Amino acid sequence: MNPGPSALLQVTGAHIAYGKVEAVRGVSLDVAENEIVTIIGANGAGKTTLLNAVMGILPLKGRVTFAGQDIARLEIEDRVAAGLCLVPEHRELFGAMSIEDNLQLGAFRIAKAEAARSLERVYALFPRLKERRRQLAATLSGGEQQMLAMGRALMGAPKLLMLDEPSLGLAPIIVADIFRTIGELRASGVSVLLVEQNAQAALQFANRAYVMELGEFILDGPAKAVAADARIAASYLGFAQNEASGI
Amino acid sequence: MTIMLFLLQDGITNGAIYALLGLALVLVFAVTRVILIPQGEFVTYGALTYATLSSGQVPGTARLAVAMGIVAFGLDLFAGRRSLHAALLGRAFAINILLPAAILALTTSLAGRQHLIAVNIALSLSIVGTIGLFLYRIAFQPIAHTSVLVLLIASVGCHLALQGFGLVFFGAEGQRGPALSDAVFTVDPLRFTGQSIAIYAVTVALIAGLWLFFGFTLTGKALRATAVNRLGARLVGIRTALSGQIAFLLASVIGAVSGILIVPITTLYYDTGFLIGLKGFVAAIIGGLVSYPLTAIAALLVGSVEAFSSFYASNFKEVIVFTLIIPVLLLRSLAAPAVEEEKD
Repeated sequence: MNPGPSALLQVTGAHIAYGKVEAVRGVSLDVAENEIVTIIGANGAGKTTLLNAVMGILPLKGRVTFAGQDIARLEIEDRVAAGLCLVPEHRELFGAMSIEDNLQLGAFRIAKAEAARSLERVYALFPRLKERRRQLAATLSGGEQQMLAMGRALMGAPKLLMLDEPSLGLAPIIVADIFRTIGELRASGVSVLLVEQNAQAALQFANRAYVMELGEFILDGPAKAVAADARIAASYLGFAQNEASGI
Repeated sequence: MTIMLFLLQDGITNGAIYALLGLALVLVFAVTRVILIPQGEFVTYGALTYATLSSGQVPGTARLAVAMGIVAFGLDLFAGRRSLHAALLGRAFAINILLPAAILALTTSLAGRQHLIAVNIALSLSIVGTIGLFLYRIAFQPIAHTSVLVLLIASVGCHLALQGFGLVFFGAEGQRGPALSDAVFTVDPLRFTGQSIAIYAVTVALIAGLWLFFGFTLTGKALRATAVNRLGARLVGIRTALSGQIAFLLASVIGAVSGILIVPITTLYYDTGFLIGLKGFVAAIIGGLVSYPLTAIAALLVGSVEAFSSFYASNFKEVIVFTLIIPVLLLRSLAAPAVEEEKD
């Protein structure tokens, strides 16, 4: 891990607590430009908590810099304006509104001409959304909702896309689709911070990985090295295969 | 039969006003979770500001807007103290200080010098609109994340404060304002005044305008998005504080329009608005505080029930109207399972 000047997101010594219970303890992480970084770990390890705190949904003690700017005290909306975007675990779509409205709102803070180009890019990435653009978001299947959530996030042309469990509750064939799209994103210059329980798929697509257990990182390094680590293979990868088909 | 028609006509006229107020209540609740008790004060302020201007005097509400703007400016500075920059400062100064000051200056210079109804209406709407905007900034924005109950209590507080100011500005005597039009049509056996036609036309136009705004503009969609999913809205960069301000601005302007529409046909006192607002509230409750079309239909029903009961049992007029809520609440509680309050 080399948090050089090229680091897009840099979190140093982050503590996050729910009341008196510390869910994340002294965690440091960085994501460079054009990099896919994944955080893997079991349920309840604190992965979602960490992402939410980086986005500003939860208060965090420690340093968070993004694109050279200290964002630790900014409101969610200001972090979005800085180019940070989160696709949360529950997706938080506008259910009573159409797909196209959801996407247009994703480009709320950028100029109209740019939003039109974004829309075309997102429709090219997810042709299924274009077919159903008049349909209400609430009527979509789980996989389509995940595509819409990612599409809405990409509409705002973020520098860093944070994905929280994009594969959760989806059929394996759709999971493969989602991960392929994540791989394509890097080509278009978007960095990705991916939180996953599906460790096998995540490690396959990521450049680097952090392994989280009980609120701390127990291991980090290039994704291939992490995947090859005996401890990880035993406790996550064997496990993850069952989970990918089981959940 | 003729009496029935008269009563129905009366009911629809009142119902149109209640529909506007009910829609504003639903809008504000959906976007901010605030049950807007001071909606009635917007009606009173709009009506009496217009009446005062028409009699050639400067209404105290114009000064109230300036005072509230100064407080709002202070709050903006305090909230942005960590990251003060010129653009933010300039924007806050323009909206909170320059805007109400300009309206006050315009009001003072125009009051008594001209008798154009349109000018007086425009001034009244801008005065009450800025008061609504600042009311959200001062009283609700700092506590926007708290529970519906806390917001309701703050809302009751705002109602009492604004009503008190109303007594100071307008006195205890009632006022009437000039009608928009003196025309009269007769469609046997009914008689339509220009004012009642104006009420129908403005109601329909406002509802159509709101429909266009929410259906086709990005700002309108952002407001709906805030209502549908607050966190989702924040995650795409919609400032919920701004959504709240826009919702209050719309509600206060709608309230003021309603007041200006009725002040030529009813004498309004500083506290009359509350009761009128409550009837809009009955309609909004029947619509479940979520449905715009149901609210509009319910408002026409409330207006008609009021008209019929004031004819057949005038002593019990208000009792009958407000009793409408009980069977509706009973039915709703049976039909829908109890909804737990959302966490955020």
